[in-house]
Amino acid sequence: MTSMADLTIDLGFLRLKNPVLAASGTFGYGLEFEPYMGLEKLGGFVVKGLYYNPREGNPPPRLVEAPSGLINAIGLQGVGVKAFAEKTLPRLRAIDTAVIVNVCGSDDDEYVAVVEFLERQEGIAAYELNISCPNVKKEGLCTALFPEPTHHLVKRVKSVSRRPVITKLSPNVTNIVEIARAAEEAGTDAVSLVNTFLAMAVDIETRRPRLANTFGGLSGPAIRPLAVRMVYQVASGVKVPVIGMGGIMTGADALEFLVAGASAVEVGTANFVDPDAAVRIVREIGDWCNGHGVARVRDLVGTVKAA
Amino acid sequence: MTIDRNARIQDVKSWGDYYLLTIDSPAVGRTAQPGQFVMVKVADTPFPLLRRPLSIHDARESGIELFFKVAGLGTEILARKKAGDAIDILGPLGKGYTVSPDLKGKKAHLVGGGRGIAPLFFLGRALQILGARVTVFYGGRCQADVPLRHRFEAAAFPLLCSTDDGSFGFAGLVTELLGRELGVSPADMLYVCGPDPMMSAVARMARESGIPGEFSLESMMGCGIGACWGCVRRVRNESGDGWVKICEEGPVFPGDRIVWTE
Repeated sequence: MTSMADLTIDLGFLRLKNPVLAASGTFGYGLEFEPYMGLEKLGGFVVKGLYYNPREGNPPPRLVEAPSGLINAIGLQGVGVKAFAEKTLPRLRAIDTAVIVNVCGSDDDEYVAVVEFLERQEGIAAYELNISCPNVKKEGLCTALFPEPTHHLVKRVKSVSRRPVITKLSPNVTNIVEIARAAEEAGTDAVSLVNTFLAMAVDIETRRPRLANTFGGLSGPAIRPLAVRMVYQVASGVKVPVIGMGGIMTGADALEFLVAGASAVEVGTANFVDPDAAVRIVREIGDWCNGHGVARVRDLVGTVKAA
Repeated sequence: MTIDRNARIQDVKSWGDYYLLTIDSPAVGRTAQPGQFVMVKVADTPFPLLRRPLSIHDARESGIELFFKVAGLGTEILARKKAGDAIDILGPLGKGYTVSPDLKGKKAHLVGGGRGIAPLFFLGRALQILGARVTVFYGGRCQADVPLRHRFEAAAFPLLCSTDDGSFGFAGLVTELLGRELGVSPADMLYVCGPDPMMSAVARMARESGIPGEFSLESMMGCGIGACWGCVRRVRNESGDGWVKICEEGPVFPGDRIVWTE
């Protein structure tokens, strides 16, 4: 009987059972996945982005498949923070895992209002600031494209939050490290990356964009090498923990992010393909560690060597 | 709702671009209701990435049948499967047609257009079992678009076919055929699945003649389980109308709840 690898991760501000979180926007409010897995087996999950009020989202078509990927333009349709706190959060509290709330806003005041409201609710491990959704303003515009607005918003949210704040970064920038540093200087507890890549698909028969929103965000295995590169760059450029994501489908994919410098990972589009993908990935990480004599998965973080 | 990763294809039938797969899957077959769907994984590779939503054509203790038309890469790959191949299906999913005992002895018209005929066989069987008087209206562009006509006839369903080009059955739209029949004698319930222009036309007829109807909507789906919010359609609820996930609240809706755009 060989001893099992220790999969726990200590982010400093938050201890996780294992490095696998389910990514916001791909996991509903969590409960959708209860028929397929014990949610307590996950390191945690990040619920779908919440604005203060319910939000209608974009008209369909909202999805189009891409080679090894998916372009979405949902537009953050959601129930709003009050309905979430009343109807969903009480049921999430019963689950023994880290519940992270993805926080949205159409301006800085709304982010602050959402966090101030959630501060009065129990059962939340951390906030993930969604400053990087490409589908809510024209041309993919969002706070995470610019260092100063990122700094300003993170600072305001930190000033009203007693809980840890994770800032979710956009890959649609020239220098993602610059944005990560702006968030770090403003006091973010961690950064998560990457959100989706601004993308487009055209129907050559109708000559119209395939998405009603024209642009959408590309996710899935297609973006994984781009995401690994950015996680590597950011992990080398900031001191706060990095949560890596982008097309993780298997335990090996998750380990690639950890070795490249991520302290934990988020599994996104894979949840659509296999509703139990995130727990399978936890198992595969454990199996790999056991097979490779790795006693603690956290020892793998950032162990990438020079080429 | 189960993920059956080792469902087994028993039989494949095809008529041009149309395919009928018989799949061994007791876990899905035993719990399926008419109008529900499954998400089928077509490849083990990341391309194509997403599962394909297909409505359940028939269900028995031993498994299910899926009827589809090749419409793109996913269904093309699915069409190449052979008897004996394993297939990964997630389901049964969604809310199907209402099969109410109140319909005993009543007239139910089932209206299908093209591949939209898919869920109506299972529904027709369920309605027959409870004693409803079922008539099936089956429309397509041409004779090749109504390949299941023999199957419905073999199951003793009164069947009325239409083709746009007149190559088989009534020459014209299935909605015209339905209109004629309703003109002669009204029905108690309409069950519909097909392209949107056809369904919105039937919805209009249902409203005008005061017959309740249920309609199965179609959409690209990311997950089929309510997590991605990608498959929305405009649907009315208590607080007005909004974008509703058809995988979760549907795919079947009463006609008066759907906001038709066609």
